[in-house]
Amino acid sequence: MAKNLKGKVAAIIVVLVIFCYGIIGIPHGLSGTALKQALADRIHLGLDLKGGTRLVLKVHVEDAVNSQTDRDVEHIQDDLSKVSVTGAQVKKLDPVGHPGVITVSGVAANKLSDARGVLDGSDYTNYDVASNAGGMTLTLKPGAVRDIEQHTLQQSIETISDRVNALGVGETTVQQYGLGENEIVVELPGVFDPDEVEKIINTTAKLAVYPVVPGQGPWDSDQTALQALGGTVPPDQMLVHGSGSPGQPQQVYLLYRQSVVEGTDFRDAQPSTDQNGRPDMTFTLTTDAGQRFYKFTSAHLESGPSPEQMAIVMGNQVKEVASIQGAISDRGEIYGSFSHDEVAALSLMLRTGALPAALDTLDTFTVGPSLGAESIHQGVKAAVAGTLAVMIFLLIYYKGAGINAVLALTLNLIILLGFFGLMPVIGLPAPVLTLPGIAGVILTIGMGVDSNVLIFERIREELRTGKTAAAAVDKGFAMTGALITIVDTHVTTIVAAGILFLFGTGPVKGFAVTLTFGLLANLFTSVFVSRVIFDAVLGRKGRSAELSI
Amino acid sequence: MELFHDANIDWLGKKWYFLGFSLIFSVAGVLSMLFWHHIPLSIDFKGGTQITVPFNAPPNVDDVRAALSQGGVKDFETQRVSAMGGEGGNDVIISLPASSATDANHDAGRIAVENALTNYYKDSGYGKPSVQIVGPTAGKQLQRQAGFATLWSLLGMLIYLWFRFELIYGVAAVVAVFHDTLITVGAFSLLNKEISLTVIAAILTLIGYSMNDTIVVFDRIRENLGLSRRESLSDVVNRSINQTLSRTVLTSGLTFLTVLSLLLFGGPVLRGFSLALTVGVLIGTYSSIAVAAPMLVAYQDWRKAKGKAAALPAKRAKA
Repeated sequence: MAKNLKGKVAAIIVVLVIFCYGIIGIPHGLSGTALKQALADRIHLGLDLKGGTRLVLKVHVEDAVNSQTDRDVEHIQDDLSKVSVTGAQVKKLDPVGHPGVITVSGVAANKLSDARGVLDGSDYTNYDVASNAGGMTLTLKPGAVRDIEQHTLQQSIETISDRVNALGVGETTVQQYGLGENEIVVELPGVFDPDEVEKIINTTAKLAVYPVVPGQGPWDSDQTALQALGGTVPPDQMLVHGSGSPGQPQQVYLLYRQSVVEGTDFRDAQPSTDQNGRPDMTFTLTTDAGQRFYKFTSAHLESGPSPEQMAIVMGNQVKEVASIQGAISDRGEIYGSFSHDEVAALSLMLRTGALPAALDTLDTFTVGPSLGAESIHQGVKAAVAGTLAVMIFLLIYYKGAGINAVLALTLNLIILLGFFGLMPVIGLPAPVLTLPGIAGVILTIGMGVDSNVLIFERIREELRTGKTAAAAVDKGFAMTGALITIVDTHVTTIVAAGILFLFGTGPVKGFAVTLTFGLLANLFTSVFVSRVIFDAVLGRKGRSAELSI
Repeated sequence: MELFHDANIDWLGKKWYFLGFSLIFSVAGVLSMLFWHHIPLSIDFKGGTQITVPFNAPPNVDDVRAALSQGGVKDFETQRVSAMGGEGGNDVIISLPASSATDANHDAGRIAVENALTNYYKDSGYGKPSVQIVGPTAGKQLQRQAGFATLWSLLGMLIYLWFRFELIYGVAAVVAVFHDTLITVGAFSLLNKEISLTVIAAILTLIGYSMNDTIVVFDRIRENLGLSRRESLSDVVNRSINQTLSRTVLTSGLTFLTVLSLLLFGGPVLRGFSLALTVGVLIGTYSSIAVAAPMLVAYQDWRKAKGKAAALPAKRAKA
């Protein structure tokens, strides 16, 4: 019995140390500030306590669908004229209500099969084609629509993420919002101005493609460049630095001032591989930009008479230089000596250069810093008051056993708070403490004490029937009595908390989390730890001990 | 120290008083929900704009109202935050109705209020405000979420009770829970306090709490029924309640202490939440004794009157 007891006590101490680590980690020092820092590192505060902004945005994915079908309308017209189907009208009758429906009408009867042949071809596999009198109707397949919507959503998330990260604010979140279709939630701690946020999200990063002046440069510094140019830069050109790769010096390029295409002209950019398996990038431009680009690229092919390279400039730095392998209109590939990483980074830059669709704000939640601090103070005050009240009562009512309960309660709180720091250690997402979360801690104290009360009352009952202290404690902790009720009550509340976690938003989720952790910790402390303390106390006192309860 | 040592109160005998008490509060709540304050919803559910401005010194709410009117803001409501313990006593909450925030023009209300305040106070005297704007889409989504949460919670409870107890116990527990929810929501209606998502969370928690309390009494009833076959159900129920009285009052008392400290010190953001829990803890305890237990006996008597065999204690208690 004694050995068992030592083992159990050791186990409890190990648990205590582990969860203390969860709360403060290994602090750098023992000063007040060092401890506070360690605490802040581990226990992540929700926006309602830290202060910050949370936005729910809706992406107008139908914009993207419309762009796709707009482009396809042009293609259909081109393709039909290639097979000499003249006079046909290709348009979208209802771009708002049915953005995915294109109607072809006015086709001469003898040309119907030619026209149909074009539309059944490989360019339009995303459409269901139906023939009707004088023409056809193309309807974008639901799968294709879903693809476009998903893609647009992802692109929006990437773009906003990119921009938000540039703020340099820690721990931002940009992700899909589960409650509705095509919605994004953005969380920015430490940002208190919704106007500022709007500006950040909605501006376009400065990105453009400029032609490289042929036969000049690149040089390794501004001075060398100027020397080579004879002292001055021609008025229609400019010197732009490259971003430089690690291990290589920065380069200075001579570019024409007139850009070929700008960031807003890019609709999409994806990394891929060319036919030799080397990394390259596919991109899509808007129709207007596509025409401009076509003119430029066909005039300056690498294999042609006046080849020129293109420089992709972002934030006043040349990110990449590429040669033109073929004339490109709106869809093309850029080849260069890219690595996979470079292509991925580059396509991200191009994709996030512009938002693919309009955004609506559905929900704003901003907490100012002073109000967040107020909430923390209020929450902590309530927690301390509640805990003290409960502990004092336990000591008065249960005397010696009250100390038992107070110790169990303290360990309960340590374990509960320790969870915050330990979840990341085992690879789970770190829980966030919100104001309702603090309320959950307080509630855990009240409800958790129930377990102790149940057991202690049982023990008192058994003592009244004349049993010895040890036997009464045995009976008090027996499975058939208080224990099964404790399990019952904990399970029902944890189930309720689980449902709240699934269906609640941020602050409510925080409440569900602390309540669940608290009750789980309580199962451990009130059943195992309390028992060990009783056994230890009785063990010291000997066989015919009296229990102070 | 011991309370309720050898309590021997005839609880079931008092059931008519209990019924009367419950009826008064239930009916008052229902009447208020139907005709008076209805069910006050916070902007979580009904949409709108709410701005909390932390002033540096105790503010004059009339000044704030003047500032808003001069700025052309319409349909606003202002409220001074009442807070014990000194914190937050200088905050003013400005609320605008759902029309101030549409999905297309989400910030209309907020910008109007901020401009009005800047023009009047010239940007001094207050710190960065907290803003909550809920557009119509978001409001509807939250309503749906709250509905699902409640539905699934109740379903979960029912399933759990079905496994652990016979049907009659489950029904009695559910009636008690329904009674508690009705009176709590009725209290919010009577006091004209808003119901937000956190309040719903509190109500779901108190449903769990009330269920717990009822389960404790039922567990004891089942245990006693297993031990003694001779006593009438009423006697067993009475005895069970008296035996668990100590525990019931203690737990509710302790939980009530913690919830009370939340209500007093927890601040305005948690006020609705704390109120729901405070009312809920009291009513939840009451209902286990006053509603659930008498229902058991009443069902038994009803079955006897119909000539059917007694449902309890004839059946073996499930373990």
